[in-house]
Amino acid sequence: MASTEVLMAGFGGQGMLLSGKLLAHAAMTLGKQVSWLPSYGPEMRGGTANVTVCVSDKPVGSPYITRPTALLVMNQPSLEKFGSRVREGGLIVINSSLIPIKSDRADCKVLYVDAAELARKAGTARAANLVMLGCYVGWSDIVERESVVKEIEEEFSSKAKFIPANVAAYEAGYEAGLKLRGGA
Amino acid sequence: MAKVLMKGNEAIGEAAIRAGCVHFFGYPITPQSEVPEYLAKRLPEVGGRFVQAESEVAASNMIYGAAGVGMRVLTTSSSPGISLMAEALSYIAACELPVVLVNIMRAGPGLGGILPSQGDYLQATKGTAHGDFDLIVLAPDSVQEAVRLVISAFELAEKYRNPVMVIGDGMIGQMMEPVEFPDEVKGPPLDPGDWALTGCAGREKRIINSLYLDPDFADRHNRKLKAKFERIREAEQRWEAYNCDGPCDLLVVSFGMMSRICKTAIEELKAEGFKIGLFRPITLKPYPYEALRKAADKAKRIISIEMNMGQMIEDVKLAALGTKPIDFFGMAGGLVPSPDDVVAALRDSLKKAGAGGKAR
Repeated sequence: MASTEVLMAGFGGQGMLLSGKLLAHAAMTLGKQVSWLPSYGPEMRGGTANVTVCVSDKPVGSPYITRPTALLVMNQPSLEKFGSRVREGGLIVINSSLIPIKSDRADCKVLYVDAAELARKAGTARAANLVMLGCYVGWSDIVERESVVKEIEEEFSSKAKFIPANVAAYEAGYEAGLKLRGGA
Repeated sequence: MAKVLMKGNEAIGEAAIRAGCVHFFGYPITPQSEVPEYLAKRLPEVGGRFVQAESEVAASNMIYGAAGVGMRVLTTSSSPGISLMAEALSYIAACELPVVLVNIMRAGPGLGGILPSQGDYLQATKGTAHGDFDLIVLAPDSVQEAVRLVISAFELAEKYRNPVMVIGDGMIGQMMEPVEFPDEVKGPPLDPGDWALTGCAGREKRIINSLYLDPDFADRHNRKLKAKFERIREAEQRWEAYNCDGPCDLLVVSFGMMSRICKTAIEELKAEGFKIGLFRPITLKPYPYEALRKAADKAKRIISIEMNMGQMIEDVKLAALGTKPIDFFGMAGGLVPSPDDVVAALRDSLKKAGAGGKAR
């Protein structure tokens, strides 16, 4: 893997900035070069929030990316805004629980994940962001499966009772991603 | 120490502590508010003092006072806040006090917006405030370099007894990158020398003041400050020259985060056979004119790329002294040029330079 740029987007509060941080931290721990650049504009609270995570074997050049290699979207406005920007041959992961439309990108691999439902089954409907991250990691192998589990445990270390459900949500997403890869 | 993933603003706060600075006076403003937020929590843990002032005007005069009594001191702000601090900066420079300030620039002019900008280049390097004085201005291009330069800023401030500004755009404050801190923490306080106001019992009293009604004295003082900046100019210029080894089709001049976006664009065009160099001043003041001139000598053409409407280009012109044509590309108002935008600008300049690249 030379260089991967992942744009993660959703409503503010859906947790995509956290998903991005977990991914960036896991990749850093594995010895990769990383950057995590959030949108911090006035639209952030309650509006759309997005973060770009770059993961590379070489020092990261521009952390500001307008044509990412992968897009993870939690809501329809984000798909409509960013769907057309993904690089040819890239990956789009769509939260089908909240996004009723399909991507029109025939030149990209598009994964549809019922993230809210998988999160609810795992024990916390609020962890749809981790289902999405799990699905992406399961599909792409960008970092090791276990490394993100460690990040979740670390992130929730002061609220340990939330760890099992959040890990379960990530694992459910990972399995979904793995399965979709198998069927590709 | 192991690498940690940290926001630029927080890393700047931690770097100050590692530099032995445990006094902070400031006022919140986006996009740098995480610096005071971080230090409000951290400074009490290391026996330091955090004061949220009632305004930037107050904060800047508090650092003036703290430096005057020999304390290592920091303030941080963003563009409109720095303007409010300008008056005190002139006084601090006049009194030759070592302070460090950080400007995480946002879009202007006026109250502007909270998004990234490099619109304060000329303010930082030329017209910060009234009177003849010079800041030292450092511009990092990564969170790691921000840490290095904040630590360096304290060393320079004390070495020359001069205010030092570290300048970055909103991106560098808000983004997270892996960063390593030096294990060693420098012990405060700084050496109060023969100037700090430490209590005059048993010695001659000292006065720190910038009112010079005697013109002969004031003239000598101005000459002294200028001579000091000449020493700084001789000793402290820093820059990065990237892809500048041989002749090139085009030389990009860019600083801070913008230069990293340029690097990505340069790499993309390299695949098409174009040879493009990048010159990145790290000290915006003293500006590395000679080094830039040498890099420019090997290029057919120059382009200055900035997140403003063309400010550093004035120094690029001073460096090139009319020897090469110079183009400009920039965006303002909080828009950040993307690698694609830069590639398009570079293509225009390459065309004007008559560079063909590989036959396509």
